Amino acid sequence: MQRSPARREGSPFTGLGPVFMKEFSDHLSSARMMVLMLFVIAFGALTVAPSLTELRNVTESDPFLFLRIFTSASSRVPFSFTAALSFTIPLLAIGLGFDSVNGEFNRRTLSRVLSQPIYRDALLLGKFLGALVTLAVALVALWLIVLGAGLLLLGLPPRGVEVARGIAFLAVAIAYGGVWLAASMLFSVIFRSTATSALCALGVWLFFLIVWPLIVPTIVVAFASPDVMSGRASIDETLALIQFQSFLDRLSPNTLFGEAVIGLLNPETRTLGPIIQSQMYGAIMGAPLPFGQSLLLIWPQITGLIAGMIVVFAAAYVIFQREEVRA
Amino acid sequence: MTDPTMSGNVIEARGLLKLYGAQRAVDAIDLDIRRGEIFGLLGPNGAGKTTTILMMLGLTEISGGSVEVLGFDPVRQPLEVKRRVGYLPDAVGFYDHLTARENLTYTARLLAIPRSQIGRRIMEAMESVQLADVVDRRVSTYSRGMRQRLGIAEIVMKKAEIAILDEPTSGLDPHATFELLEMIRGLKRMGVAVLLSSHLLDRVQSVCDRVALFNKGRIALMGTVVELANQVLGAGHPILVEASGIDIAGALRGIEGVQKVMPEGPQGSEGAWRVVADRDVRAAAAQRIVAAGGALTRLADLQPSLEEVYTRYFQEARHAA
Repeated sequence: MQRSPARREGSPFTGLGPVFMKEFSDHLSSARMMVLMLFVIAFGALTVAPSLTELRNVTESDPFLFLRIFTSASSRVPFSFTAALSFTIPLLAIGLGFDSVNGEFNRRTLSRVLSQPIYRDALLLGKFLGALVTLAVALVALWLIVLGAGLLLLGLPPRGVEVARGIAFLAVAIAYGGVWLAASMLFSVIFRSTATSALCALGVWLFFLIVWPLIVPTIVVAFASPDVMSGRASIDETLALIQFQSFLDRLSPNTLFGEAVIGLLNPETRTLGPIIQSQMYGAIMGAPLPFGQSLLLIWPQITGLIAGMIVVFAAAYVIFQREEVRA
Repeated sequence: MTDPTMSGNVIEARGLLKLYGAQRAVDAIDLDIRRGEIFGLLGPNGAGKTTTILMMLGLTEISGGSVEVLGFDPVRQPLEVKRRVGYLPDAVGFYDHLTARENLTYTARLLAIPRSQIGRRIMEAMESVQLADVVDRRVSTYSRGMRQRLGIAEIVMKKAEIAILDEPTSGLDPHATFELLEMIRGLKRMGVAVLLSSHLLDRVQSVCDRVALFNKGRIALMGTVVELANQVLGAGHPILVEASGIDIAGALRGIEGVQKVMPEGPQGSEGAWRVVADRDVRAAAAQRIVAAGGALTRLADLQPSLEEVYTRYFQEARHAA
């Protein structure tokens, strides 16, 4: 029997506000959020405190001293605040999203909520935005704590451009969290069991954190001609191979986040790819780029993160629309 | 609430079809629910009751046919339908970490009830299901019966014109079942049309005005309980007679209007008889047995029971297959 494609009436966003407000307040008051926040703050303090004590003893003038709080790894703790964030943010996001849809299903609230005048669109988007804003609030709070600690311990205020770079960094961190949030929600739509969806989300995260960086060189070597390997190839061929490797690397959100952070918080960064001698002609080594230029440099990374977030969310959306609500 | 331009039906399904692959979960059914009645969907598990309900709410896609709810098409206008129809799913869930008031407030926001009215409407609804004193307790402390009543309260708060209840009494103890059925009658008194699905037949019988018997995705029988009984068990007014001392069967057959006299109970046991007549012949039967010198020990009016209809129908369906 054929049915003409039916057009739905009414805005798909009816009820978005209430869903968003409920999710947001649920997250903020949940024990899970407290645990995750403690975890994030512990990691933040662990990395920021040693680097602050070391930065206090820096005597040479550094125009971007404040940004060093985020990026410098002290001798005692071998990774920086941003490195710590690059793996606490996914954990936070996965923690917020892994049971968002199947949790409702298992509590048998899904069919009751969907029988109210609301489309599934609004439910999924409201849940995503609720968790994303929770994530943003957590990151802003953390960012302000670090900034405040810096003010107190370094005793000098950040310059305007440092604050601007810091805010841009915050935006990138939220987009990075959004990718993982969308991924964990995708799994929460696919799997009925919350444990399975949590495991899958964590699995994908570990894959990109540990396995992918190991696989990429292998893939690149497999594609390389013997000439390149023995160093007899032309510069174009070598460059093409390096670009292929960067492309593969950048499929991982972790790489995109890392590169965006380097570009924003290390103003001296001029390029994120290979550079040849002739391109460096006339450049002053170590001179910082203006903020606008740094932003331009990492613009592809930012759009990549946002696009990734939207694509994964869209996949979750499509699957959710087709899902049966009955038990 | 009543729209005079509309016909008396609040739900009209025509040839409603749902396919899961090649399987016909709901096979081209026609169904009318009238304004203000309690309608029961009966049938074994997997007969297509819940699927039918979900299609009426626009919660699952329709494979064919059409359904109209209060004049709206659930496929194209699901928001309009869901604004006016209250749904209590099988084993309804609420957010356990929130209180009943918070749960209902969330629903009220989704319904876009004006903020100033929310508090009053929640309390009115909770009073109507006798939960007003526990409105600020977490739902995790509620018993199953209380959750079902909270579900009814949600429908009352919504001021729904139709209440669709999926297995509302399953898993409830007899007392909770009784209370819930009372509340379902209360919905009817408020002018709400109630559509409920169940397999607890004697319970359903006591509240339903009309029922539809589902079997393998089709509606096998539809009508009032008495109509169904006449259709399946045969027309007539059955009574039960227990007596001894004389030829009871002969005496009963002599009464005017009696169509059938059958021994009741296990094979070979004497003394109990089932009499089918075209009217209530209890008085005549008593008179005749006593006059003939028999000892009358029991005389009962046998209401046609839905359970009997159901069992008999499925027996016959199995024999026919």
